[in-house]
Amino acid sequence: MKRKHDGSAVNSKLLRRPIQRCFPIFLLPMTAAFCIGFVYPFLKGLFLSFCKFKTTSKWTWIGLDNYVKAIHDSSFVYSFWYTVLFALVTLFLINILAFAVAYVLTQGIKGSNLFRTVFFMPNLIGGIVLGYTWSMIFDGFLGRYGSSIIMSTKWGFWGLVILMCWQQIGYMMIIYIAGLQAVPEDMLEAAKIDGANKWQTLWKVTIPNVMPSITICTFLTLTNSFKLFDQNLALTGGLPFIIQPDGSSIHTTEMLALNIYNTFYSQNASSRGTAQAKAVLFFIMVACIGLIQLRATRKKEVQQ
Amino acid sequence: MKKTIAMLLALVMVFALCACGGSSAPAATQAPAAEAPAEAPAAEGSVYWLNFKPESDQALQELAAMYTEETGVPVKVVTAASGTYNETLTAEMDKSNPPTLFVVGNQAAVDTWGDYCLDLTGTPVTDELNTNEYMLYDADGKLCSIGYCYECYGIIVNKALLAKAGHDISEITNFENLKAVVEDITARKDELGFSAFTSAGMDGSSSWRFTGHVANLEYYYESVDNPDAWKSCPAELTGAYMQNYRNLLDLMFENSTVDRSALAAGGFDANAEFANGEAAFYVNGSWAWNDLQASMKAEDLAMIPYYCGVEGEEKAALNCGTENYWAVNCEADEADIQATLDFMYWLVTNPAASEKAVATFGVMPYKQAAASANPFFVDANNYLAAGNYNLWWATNYQPNVDAYRAALVSAINDYNANPSDATWATVETAFVQGWATQYAAANG
Repeated sequence: MKRKHDGSAVNSKLLRRPIQRCFPIFLLPMTAAFCIGFVYPFLKGLFLSFCKFKTTSKWTWIGLDNYVKAIHDSSFVYSFWYTVLFALVTLFLINILAFAVAYVLTQGIKGSNLFRTVFFMPNLIGGIVLGYTWSMIFDGFLGRYGSSIIMSTKWGFWGLVILMCWQQIGYMMIIYIAGLQAVPEDMLEAAKIDGANKWQTLWKVTIPNVMPSITICTFLTLTNSFKLFDQNLALTGGLPFIIQPDGSSIHTTEMLALNIYNTFYSQNASSRGTAQAKAVLFFIMVACIGLIQLRATRKKEVQQ
Repeated sequence: MKKTIAMLLALVMVFALCACGGSSAPAATQAPAAEAPAEAPAAEGSVYWLNFKPESDQALQELAAMYTEETGVPVKVVTAASGTYNETLTAEMDKSNPPTLFVVGNQAAVDTWGDYCLDLTGTPVTDELNTNEYMLYDADGKLCSIGYCYECYGIIVNKALLAKAGHDISEITNFENLKAVVEDITARKDELGFSAFTSAGMDGSSSWRFTGHVANLEYYYESVDNPDAWKSCPAELTGAYMQNYRNLLDLMFENSTVDRSALAAGGFDANAEFANGEAAFYVNGSWAWNDLQASMKAEDLAMIPYYCGVEGEEKAALNCGTENYWAVNCEADEADIQATLDFMYWLVTNPAASEKAVATFGVMPYKQAAASANPFFVDANNYLAAGNYNLWWATNYQPNVDAYRAALVSAINDYNANPSDATWATVETAFVQGWATQYAAANG
C-alpha cells in the first residue's frame, strides 16, 4: 500500500512537470564541471598521446611511436609489476584490518564512537603531508640503524604499505560498519538458535551479507593503490635507484603514476608524448582491473 | 521563461566548452581586451617575468613595483617554487597570458624552449652587456638568451674559525694542504667546538651542491684535456677525474658536522651551521652572502677553489658562470615584447634599480650596472687577476639534469652508507655511463 502511494507522489504531474522542464538547470553545473574537468582534458590527453609536444598547444602528429616507446621502457614495466605487488598487498591488508576493526567496533564496546573518529581521521590529511610526516617517523627509527626509508627498496615498500594502511583503514572501516549494521538481526538470531558458533556466524551469515561493502571496498583500495601518487612522491620519490651497468637506472620504489610524472618532467621535452602514452595505457589498465574486480565480487553478493 | 533560462544556460555551457577547446590564439587576444578597462596603460603592453630563484623573489617584486611606479607599465613577477621551475614554465607557457620574460639557463633549455625565444641580437639590453661570455645560441645561431648576472661557487671559509684552529687561509693552496687543515680540525673537533665542513645533506634542498657544483671539477678538467669535445654537450665522459671528485667528496663527507651515514635522509641546515660557527668550511656559492651577511662579517669570509688533487691546481680559481639567462617570449604580443625589452634595459641601466638587482643577484655583467658589495666576487676577481684559471660551468651541460642528478644522489647515498670501492663504482657508473644514457635519451 505505502509503496504504491510513494510512487504515485513522484509520478504526479505537479512534481513531474517542473522537473521535466527545468532539469537542464540542475544538470548544468555538474555537467559543465565534468566536461571541463574531465572529458575535455581526457580527450586532449588521448589526442596528445599520438603527438610530439612541448606545450600542449603546439604539437606534431607522430602516430603510435609514443606507445612503442612506452611499452619498451623497462622502467615502466618495472613500475607496473611493482604497483601490482603493492596493490595486492594493500588490498588484503587494508580490507582484512578494516573489516576486523569494523567488526570489533560494532560489538557494542565502550567508546566505539571515539574509536571510529580516531581511526577515520588519518583519511583527512593530504597525501604529501602524510608522506613527509611518515618519512620523518621512519627515518627517526631507521636512522638508529644507519639506514633510511630512501636507502632500501624493502623499507620503501613496507613504508608505503604502512602509510597506505594507516590512511585507508579508517575509511574502509566506515563502509564496513555500515554494511555490518545492515545485516538483518533475525538472520543472526536464527543462526544462534540453530547453534552456530561465532566463527560460523561470521563466515556463513555476516560476510555473505556484507558482500556489497566488500565489493566497494576492494574496488576502492585496488584503484587507490594503482593511482597512488602523492604519498609515493613524498615518502620515497622512487629512491633508491639501481644503477645499471649501461648507466640507466631503475627507480625501485616508483609506482606507475610517479613513473609517468617523472617521464613527463625530469627528462627532456621529447619524452612528454611518451609520458602521455603511458598515461593512456595506465587509464586503460586501471579501468580494466576495476571492472574485472567489480564483476567478480558482484557475483558473490547475496540478495536480501 | 524557465525554458529560455535553461536554453540560455545550456548555450553558455556550449560556449564555455568551445572557448576551452578552441586554439589559444583567439583566447589570448580576447583576454587582455576584456581586462583593458581595469588597467589604463594596457596599450603599452605589460611584463610577466617567470623567475626561478625563490631567494630573489622579494627583491624582484620590489623592483617590479618600482618600475610600475616610474613608468605605469604593469610588471608581474611569478616565482616557481624551489626546484619546480621546469614544471611551472611548461604549465605557464600553455596559458593565454604566458610569461614574456623567462629563464633559459643552459644549452638543454635552449633545445627545449628555443622555439619560444626572441632573437635578442641587437636589442638595446644586449648592447649593454660588457662581455660576450654569457650568451646562448641555438643551432641556427639565434641569440636565445643573455645572462643577467653571474655567480661563483667554491668552498666558503670562515677565516676567524680557521685562525682559532691555528691555521691561515694562505696555507691552503692545493688538495694536500686543504686535507691537512681539515683533518687537523676534525681531530681536535671536541676541543675546538666546531667541525671542518657543514653537513652535506643529500636531500633535494642540498644535494645539488655535490651532484651539480662539486661535479663541475670533473667536467671542467675533462674539458681542459679535450676542449673541442666540450664546445657543446659531449655525448659521453671519460671519467678521467673521478678519483679527484671522490677525493673532495670524501673529505667533505668524512669531516662534516653530521655522520656520513645520516646524510641520505637530509633535513639539515648547512647555512645555519655555518652562520652559527659550527663549521669552518661550507660548500656553496656567492649567493650565500645574502643569507650570511646578517650574522657574519665580510672580512671573516673567503671562498677558495675546489682543490681535488689535480696537477697544477695551485693555479685554480673559483667556478664562475651562470644559469641566470633571460629569454623573451617571441609568441607574446608585440606591445608586451617591447615592454619587456624596455624593462630589461631599465633594470641594467637605471642606477637605483641595478643597485637593488646587484644586491640580490651578485654581479651583473652590464656596462652601467652597479658594483657588487659581495666579498666572494672580490675573491673571484683576485684569483683571476693573479692569472689563475676559472672553472667555467661545464656542469650546465648535464643532460636531462634532474634525472641524471637523481641517479647520482641514489648512488652517493649507497656509497655513504657503505664507503667502499664497490659502492664508488656505482657512483662512477651513474656519473659516467649515466651521462651517456641521458644524453642519448635527450637527443634520441
